[in-house]
Amino acid sequence: MANLTINGKSIDIDVEADTPLLWAIRENAGLTGTKYGCGIAQCGACTVHIDGEAMRSCGVMVSDAVGKQITTIEGLAGNGALHKVQQAWINNDVPQCGYCQSGMIMAVAALLKDKPKPTDQDIDDAITNICRCGTFQQVREAIHAAANA
Amino acid sequence: MNHMPKLNLPTMNRRAFVIGTAAVGSGLALGLDIPFGGPAAVRAADGSPEVNAWVVIQPDDTVVIRIARSEMGQGTLTGLAQLVAEELECDWSKVTTEFPSPGQNVARKRVWGDFSTGGSRGIRTSQDYVRKGGAAARVMLIEAAANEWKVPAAECIAANSVITHQPSGKTTTFGKVAEAAAKLTPPADVKLKDPKDWKLAGKGLKRLDTPDKVVGKTVYGIDVKLPGMLNAAIKDCPVTGGRLKSYDEAKIAGMKGVKKVVKVGDTAVAVVADTFWHAKTALDALPIVWDEGENAKVSSASIAKWLSEGLEGGQAYVGNSNGDVNTALAGAVKKVEAVYSYPYQNHAAMEPLNATALYTQDKCEVWCGTQNGEAAFAAVLEASELPADKCDVHKLMLGGGFGRRGQTDYVRQAVLIAKQMPGTPIKLLWTREEDMTHGRYHPITQCKMTAGFDADNNLTALHMRVSGQSIQFTLRPEGLINGMDPSTFQGLAPKGDATFGYSVPNLLIDHSMRNPHIIPGFWRGVNVNHNALYVESFMDEMAHAVSQDPLEFRRKLMKDHPKNLAVLEAVAEKIGWGKPAPQGVYRGLAQYMGFGSYVAAAAEISVTDGSKVKVLRIVAATDPGYAVNPAQIERQVAGSFVYGLTGLFYGGCTVKDGAIEQTNFDTYNSMRINEMPKVEAIVMPSGGFWGGVGEPTICVAAPAVLNAYFAATGKRIRSVPLRDQNITFA
Repeated sequence: MANLTINGKSIDIDVEADTPLLWAIRENAGLTGTKYGCGIAQCGACTVHIDGEAMRSCGVMVSDAVGKQITTIEGLAGNGALHKVQQAWINNDVPQCGYCQSGMIMAVAALLKDKPKPTDQDIDDAITNICRCGTFQQVREAIHAAANA
Repeated sequence: MNHMPKLNLPTMNRRAFVIGTAAVGSGLALGLDIPFGGPAAVRAADGSPEVNAWVVIQPDDTVVIRIARSEMGQGTLTGLAQLVAEELECDWSKVTTEFPSPGQNVARKRVWGDFSTGGSRGIRTSQDYVRKGGAAARVMLIEAAANEWKVPAAECIAANSVITHQPSGKTTTFGKVAEAAAKLTPPADVKLKDPKDWKLAGKGLKRLDTPDKVVGKTVYGIDVKLPGMLNAAIKDCPVTGGRLKSYDEAKIAGMKGVKKVVKVGDTAVAVVADTFWHAKTALDALPIVWDEGENAKVSSASIAKWLSEGLEGGQAYVGNSNGDVNTALAGAVKKVEAVYSYPYQNHAAMEPLNATALYTQDKCEVWCGTQNGEAAFAAVLEASELPADKCDVHKLMLGGGFGRRGQTDYVRQAVLIAKQMPGTPIKLLWTREEDMTHGRYHPITQCKMTAGFDADNNLTALHMRVSGQSIQFTLRPEGLINGMDPSTFQGLAPKGDATFGYSVPNLLIDHSMRNPHIIPGFWRGVNVNHNALYVESFMDEMAHAVSQDPLEFRRKLMKDHPKNLAVLEAVAEKIGWGKPAPQGVYRGLAQYMGFGSYVAAAAEISVTDGSKVKVLRIVAATDPGYAVNPAQIERQVAGSFVYGLTGLFYGGCTVKDGAIEQTNFDTYNSMRINEMPKVEAIVMPSGGFWGGVGEPTICVAAPAVLNAYFAATGKRIRSVPLRDQNITFA
């Protein structure tokens, strides 16, 4: 049993301490916006915020997330308004299949918190998520649009 | 090497395919025979009247457009809705969509036609009948309003979901007359708009599926939740053709959450548990003994040797020929030869394969992402052994497909597991490792090119011999013609939707078929991927061999191929071909035809130390005939360079002891944003034909960059992937 704080809510979940946070979020907390892509922290589809930092949740054990603030794609929008990254994603029609985009958006939201006006180089350095549809051109445009929103 | 041709045909594919083939073959007839509703109103699940099979209108004017094809990111959902809405004259802001199920399609005499979504056919082979569906619904809605007003229908027009009686100015809305319209006899025929009059179609409208995708609400197959559902993890024999020998269930007895261990067919074992994580953890701990069989002797080296033996002489199927190549080559003043190869590739869609099945004694339902709902349905019938009226497939959004989800092996597995636990919904999810090692791989081939020139450096003869695998031989033997797989000549054929774009006085293109045991599949772009790499690289080689500009060299051979030439010239002009490139920047060109469309690419790259490549800029042109959503075409084109250049730089699946060696993205990498070149897309629809968009451009990505690499280094790369040659992205 572990107590996690996900999107501001405290939740007791019945998992072993070494369960990857990804699966606790998806299967125990029932929040399926966070995606499984590789399980080895390569692709970034499972990216969530842990105490504000973008982390690949497949590589984080539940025991290491206890007592921390976990934010998933479902909790990114606040007060009924979309996060500016989500809004830029809509405005720029970014997702294709969209499966990797939860993780992509979470990674970008964290980047913009650190660097409100990222350069292309900042984007190249920080955004390492895989997108097999290859919508990177729209991702880059939308990041700049969000930064200027 | 006698073990080579040994094949293990998945038992499911043949039957699934019969339905798939019927669908393709009857496409036109379906278009003319779409029942546009009937005297009694058919109702949608919420009770709203169906004006016809394609259009449901709710009392609040919401327009529900039925989409038979699958949405896997390519934008077909939005494009098809645009085509229906264009003819319907509805308010686009009120449009929503839904996927009818394959079971409903069968029950309603295939009212929605073909569900299969591959071959870049989503729009081009259904545009006619979906537009007619929209137009027929409009006619019926107008007639219903005219009846109510007791005026001639010809005096009424529809626009933006509002019907207006022009003489009186009276108006009503679609939602108010839908109930009456649904009871009318559908029109015998309808006239479609000339595309030049389109208002919604032809515009880069935003996708309908985006808002849910940015908040994590979209339900992909992996996200299905059903009451009482359990989760399954599976391991299939690592070597195709091998079998499951035994497993030691006692070793995982008592592991947390485990409910059952089941055999799946003759080749696989699955653990069913409360959560996937528990199922996977237990499966990893389960001792399994495989009987890998004869195919375990096969390696990449043995396959390469076998294929290379097919490059010279021997029996080969002829796909395109004119003149007399042998005589012309014998008399050539100059000859140029080159041998190329292209490896296996995995689709690696971001969402690993999965399906959820619920089986009871008299019913079997499956929830999954599939590119071919009817083939998935056939797989459910076969695996469940239940009749069609007891089965259905509920289609969900796909987290990528790229051709892999046109196959139904994962659907069959889910049903076979669920059958062993009647009444309990089972979600089967493949690990990434299972997905990487049990793909339906892009077929492996080699190619020998031989060209002859006269004393004036004119190309007089070209022999292209491809040696390698046929997809249809394994997945679709019905498609073979006297043993030949016509699709191996995709982009090389004299006619069809993927023709050879050059005229050569003496030409021979032939294929020596060799089918290793690795199961091939339709990998986005399919056979044009390797065929274009061979042809377009060799065009560049030939041009340099006779000291001619690669564009001018091609131009001389393309007099009879104006549409191919038009896209090539468009990219050449925009990239500045013939003008000096910036210092340290080198250019390459490629053009091809595939899936009914003409595509070309021009690349600008820089190379450091001969091995670090920066792809700086891509100009890519597409002539798809008609452009239903140019903004989505631009995205498909840009994304095609990620897929194609990933295949070139990082791809390539190798075989050791009969099994695929790459297991995850650490060994089968994929391009990231920092490696993405700037892609400038030119969408240049010339009208008069309908071409596909999702696939054709991928094939020009690699040759354009390889030709630029030659320009930069003087070194010709003739095999893929570049990582094997220590060439990487800078």
